[in-house]
Amino acid sequence: MNMIDKALGVHAQALSVRSRRMELLGLNIANSDTPNFKAKDVDFKSVLQAAHSSNLSITNKGHVPLTESGSPDGEMYRIPFDTSFDGNTVEMNVEQAKFGQAAADYQATLNILENRIGGIRKALRGD
Amino acid sequence: MALEDIFSVAGSALNAQTTRMNTTASNLANAATVAGSEDGAFRAKRAVFKSILADQMGDSNAGGIKVEKLIDDPSPIRKMSEPGNPLADKDGYIYLSNVNEMTEMVEMMAASRSYQNNVEVVNTTRQLMMRTVDMIKG
Repeated sequence: MNMIDKALGVHAQALSVRSRRMELLGLNIANSDTPNFKAKDVDFKSVLQAAHSSNLSITNKGHVPLTESGSPDGEMYRIPFDTSFDGNTVEMNVEQAKFGQAAADYQATLNILENRIGGIRKALRGD
Repeated sequence: MALEDIFSVAGSALNAQTTRMNTTASNLANAATVAGSEDGAFRAKRAVFKSILADQMGDSNAGGIKVEKLIDDPSPIRKMSEPGNPLADKDGYIYLSNVNEMTEMVEMMAASRSYQNNVEVVNTTRQLMMRTVDMIKG
């Protein structure tokens, strides 16, 4: 298990962050006509940094352990280019572009994972 | 939060946009109706959307969207003098609906574009999901 974790590296976590980003963008697109809805996005860099710097250890029994939901999730409100009458900050063109980009990012991470898994499979098969 | 939650989000949006399209169809169908009083005249309906938070959604842990309410279009009712009409009031006026066909056509196009956007989201997500599943197939 540990060997597989090492082989996949940070990409397994990256895949889940990418899927969460796609979900947020999907939520934005779904709410493009909802009054007062504020579009959100994930700051990938900050999430990845948080995943890397998760070497916080409990040195005192008063410390509260970091939980999945308590960790910084990197969600941020998008600053719209224009304002709208109903207080909605979803700009469909922006969201579509970001969604396409997020889908491409997801595929890139998938490709890397596919290669890694292919390597492991090759090593296990030994031919 | 996972990829499959996108389906419920986009699905709820498809549902809401369908309701909006239905309202538009009903408005257009009723555009030519007349009534004998101002209160009885048909008023165009508008769907107001509301975002649902994750904890109100039930089985899914993603958010979504629903039609919160249908409101009446506030634009004024037009009245017309037509004493020969059997529906006319005692002064000979009939009351027309306040449906504006142009507005309804625009509303219909907006709803159908939003619907298409969400279908596209579902398609992309499905493709990515299939690829993720294929990854372990080798």
